[in-house]
Amino acid sequence: MEKVMSNKLVIALYVLPSLLLLLAVIYVPIVLTGYYGLNQWNGIGSMTFVGLDNYQHLLTDSAFWQSAWHSLLLALFSGISLIGYLVIAMILSGKIKGANLLRKIYLIPMLLSSVAIAQLWLKMYHPTNGVFNSILASVGVHNPPEWLANPSLVLFALFIPIIWQYAGFYILIYYAGLKNIPETLMEAARIDGASAWQIATRIKLPLLREVINVTIILSIVGSLKYFDLIYVMTDGGPNGASEVMASYMYHQAFRSFDFGYGSATAFALLLICLIATWLIRKVTATSDTIQYS
Amino acid sequence: MKTQAAANYPLGVATRGKMLNRVGYAALYIILIILAVTQLLPLVWLMLFSLKNNQEVFNLPPFALPSQPHWENYMNVWTSGNIGRYFFNSVWITVISVALTVLLASFVTFAITRMRWKGSQLVLGLFMVGLMIPVHSTLIPLFSMFLKLHLTDTSLSIILSYVAFNLPTTMMILLGFYYALPREVEEAAVMDGCSVNRMFFRIVLPMTTPVMATTSIINMIYNWNEFIFVNTFISSDENKTLTVGVQNFIGQYTTDWGAIGATLMISILPILLVFLIMSDRIVEGIAAGSVKG
Repeated sequence: MEKVMSNKLVIALYVLPSLLLLLAVIYVPIVLTGYYGLNQWNGIGSMTFVGLDNYQHLLTDSAFWQSAWHSLLLALFSGISLIGYLVIAMILSGKIKGANLLRKIYLIPMLLSSVAIAQLWLKMYHPTNGVFNSILASVGVHNPPEWLANPSLVLFALFIPIIWQYAGFYILIYYAGLKNIPETLMEAARIDGASAWQIATRIKLPLLREVINVTIILSIVGSLKYFDLIYVMTDGGPNGASEVMASYMYHQAFRSFDFGYGSATAFALLLICLIATWLIRKVTATSDTIQYS
Repeated sequence: MKTQAAANYPLGVATRGKMLNRVGYAALYIILIILAVTQLLPLVWLMLFSLKNNQEVFNLPPFALPSQPHWENYMNVWTSGNIGRYFFNSVWITVISVALTVLLASFVTFAITRMRWKGSQLVLGLFMVGLMIPVHSTLIPLFSMFLKLHLTDTSLSIILSYVAFNLPTTMMILLGFYYALPREVEEAAVMDGCSVNRMFFRIVLPMTTPVMATTSIINMIYNWNEFIFVNTFISSDENKTLTVGVQNFIGQYTTDWGAIGATLMISILPILLVFLIMSDRIVEGIAAGSVKG
């Protein structure tokens, strides 16, 4: 057994193709991104080494910090909306008829491509024929807002389809976590006279802690690197009012052809995502993992 | 009081309690239904305007039915552009990427969970850190690497990127399943002089069919909807997939609402159909991908 299961050749054959691909497509590019950031480069010609210039510029680039602020707002907004998803999942997991069908309906937007969602919501927000302004006009609002063209409304208008896209996903994760809790625990609590509120806060929440930690990381890191929908709907406009870190990086590299500066931005994005992950893990770290007896 | 409550559970303590329960139950139900309607209405609206002509879009209320469905919107879209071509590209790129990802991930997961070798934990760590890497922080070097290798504007660049970025998630889902597989079968196989390869292909892979189906579906949704790699690496129309194709295609139809609606419907129908057929597995798969049960 030992001998068969530690056959070096077989292990190499099984592991190396995937490992090489992982290194070539993810790890080597990450290192290169950091290195490109030290150069001035238009993507085609030769590179000029400029040391930390790009990174220094990044620190004082107000347009980048504005985009970072928007990404952070999105992250805060997503983080707070998790509370709502948790409440919905709690309701759904409590002997509700049709819970199965409901959670599937919630999930549908998650299955669509961001491009399709973005194009659909562009139409929803259309100033004259979109759903919102058609309804507003029919109830007599004369000057309905131009949702995506208004710098002070545009971020909020973008948050709505993002929530619409992901709500079902988080509800489903919480629901699955709640269904994992043994029914006997709740039964015992009920027999001891615990209220529904007590059961939710004293039993379900502590047992869901691991799942909640995972969703916090997913939603915050997901928000920090969010790109697709914003790129298609507003392309960071009007005038940078909806620019986020990933779209800023994309514009620097693939529109202004400033690949050096784009790489520095991409590297900053990577660091911010990893630091955020590490911070959240540190804050939410549990010293004792709960065992179901 | 306590004992009475327990005895009457789950009907509540007394009739007053029952009434309150009913009202509360109805209120919770209404919240769930409102959310379900919110998730579906934009898609219903999309379906409606994909069957309208412009006059109907501009003059009828948003949720009014057209006098007769304009199926010709779909015919025009399908015949006038390259949408059939994009569709075909999406299908084959998705199929190849998913098959490769699941097979490679199975190899690595088997080697890590079943075989004994130094460095297996390090390799596992490398794959798991890959979960946290934002695509954007690899984009610029990947683009220049593919440029040097003359792989830009080929489907291979897309497939390689998809496989590498989906390996970590796929392995995460497979890991739990592999750890739970009984080892006795393998031991018996080794006793009978079975080689590792035979064991893997004849015994282990067939046993993991359910979890392979689950990860395949998740991968399929990701790849089918992926946008940024195709948008960055692919330049010619004939190599574009549905997401990017739709994005460009819609650009030509800025004012023809019916055509835009039909294009979007064509791009989301396959996923919706797959969801209708296999919703249970998809729901279970997405939950399994984030909650270790």
